[in-house]
Amino acid sequence: MNARALPWLPLAGVAVLAAYPWIGGEYSASLVARIMIYAIFALSLELLVGTTGLVCFGQAAFFGIGAYGAVLLASQELPSSLAWLLPASVGLAAVYALLMGALSLRTKGVYFIMVTLAFAQMAYYVIHDTPLGGGTDGIYLYVKPGLALGDTVLLDLERGSVFYGFTLACLVAVYAALAMLQRSRFGHALAGIKANEQRMRAAGFSTYPYKLAAFVLSGAIAGLAGFLFAVKDGFVNPELLSWHLSGSVLIMIILGGLGHLRGAVIGAFAYVLLEELFKSEAVFGSFARHWHLGLGLVIILSVALLPRGLVGLLDRRPA
Amino acid sequence: MSTEVLLRGVDLTRRWGGLVAVDQVSLELQRGTVHAVIGTNGAGKSTLINLLSGELPPSAGRVELLGRDVTGWPQPRRARAGLGRSYQRNTIFPGFSVFENCRLSAQARHAHPWAVWQPAAQCGASRAAAQSALERVGLADQIDQPAGSLSHGGKRQLEIAMCLATEPQVLLLDEPLAGMGAEETDRMLDLLATLRDGHAILLVEHDMDAVFRVADRITVMVNGAVIASDAPDAVRRSPEVQAAYLGEQP
Repeated sequence: MNARALPWLPLAGVAVLAAYPWIGGEYSASLVARIMIYAIFALSLELLVGTTGLVCFGQAAFFGIGAYGAVLLASQELPSSLAWLLPASVGLAAVYALLMGALSLRTKGVYFIMVTLAFAQMAYYVIHDTPLGGGTDGIYLYVKPGLALGDTVLLDLERGSVFYGFTLACLVAVYAALAMLQRSRFGHALAGIKANEQRMRAAGFSTYPYKLAAFVLSGAIAGLAGFLFAVKDGFVNPELLSWHLSGSVLIMIILGGLGHLRGAVIGAFAYVLLEELFKSEAVFGSFARHWHLGLGLVIILSVALLPRGLVGLLDRRPA
Repeated sequence: MSTEVLLRGVDLTRRWGGLVAVDQVSLELQRGTVHAVIGTNGAGKSTLINLLSGELPPSAGRVELLGRDVTGWPQPRRARAGLGRSYQRNTIFPGFSVFENCRLSAQARHAHPWAVWQPAAQCGASRAAAQSALERVGLADQIDQPAGSLSHGGKRQLEIAMCLATEPQVLLLDEPLAGMGAEETDRMLDLLATLRDGHAILLVEHDMDAVFRVADRITVMVNGAVIASDAPDAVRRSPEVQAAYLGEQP
């Protein structure tokens, strides 16, 4: 409804993001690329929390598995082809989501939150404490993947500007796909499950397969974000699977405003920019060491003052 | 009158630990009849509906829908096979429009979840089913309103419309008159009378006047067990029923 009132807003956002590397310079373009990756990650969780009403507290597992997939599956000598490395990494995350969803979706409410956290911690400890993932030190990705047709290089993600454009394209594609999904019968059924699952079952919807499909799709999108993250920095470590990150992405979508795709993107920008602000010694001097405190206070204040998130500021309808 | 049995419960029993909430209840719902189940609070009426609809598995006994044993079927599968129910407390989708409440219910029969490129709002089959259900209950002029803003009576009508939108053959109605005024009650009873054609209806209701006005058959439950099941006049005259339920009234 509101999307129709402001149809230019997402388009203007894409235009600004596309032009940004020319305006902002290399360092800040790299920061924006990181934020766009988090925006994809936040969109994956929005599908579960905001659309379907499933509060997943293990989203970092999919992010980390996508990231580790990119590094572990890639060749360390020649550039691997995106054509298989990307689907394979995303597929790994989706398979873990299938496993986690199949079991956790049998529980509800706070038990669901705890079971998803437990599954994510399991993945974390496998990466953290076994030789499989290089242990606590993490692993480097020495050669970044690309896409070539014969001898013609179509995409070389080693180049920052190409990576930036590819990330933006992924963000736009994920956003558009989720917007289409929400309008479809599948999406309306998810909204019905969020509003009243009992009634959906009484009408004849087998709700479990719907929730599982949403869960796997969400895991795949989070895996895509993780893949991009690994390729961007050329480095992965176990913290990518930690519950801190699961919590951060939950805060992003709450900060932005639950129930809106725009909210997830806006929340990712707000969260990372606030974090950068409070970490900045130029602004806060020695207090920058305690950036968690400043960030935490701002989040508490914004949740208290903006119960509908930052999108609530744009949307003047009564709650 | 046809005597086609659409839903049959056979020796249905549900125990909660030592408590027997429903005790070997058998009943048949025929097409074209309103079968009322009455009983005091805690007599097991709502549990019986939950056993028939598939929300609760029975401890013993079985359920047959359209001649098939559906005891092991989960509720959504029974619903798609033609078993609709409404709830005692409103269980609408308050944030959706009145129309979308019905359209989404109807979508269960036209699911196509994989066709993600088609907007739900363009699903012709579910739109048509929703429109006809809303016209039937008399909410056709309020379709764009948010469901949560309807009056209490309007929400009760919407409950029935959502049930009808799934194109059921059997309707299990749990206290559709709860909390309604006299005028709204009259309208709902007229609606039930028109729904009798083509449906088998199970009506759980506290309002005795209403039950005796609309029911073709009445089953009386006390402490989980059936003490009488007969035509309304016979039930009214039954000494056991008078003793157990109607008190000293004639």
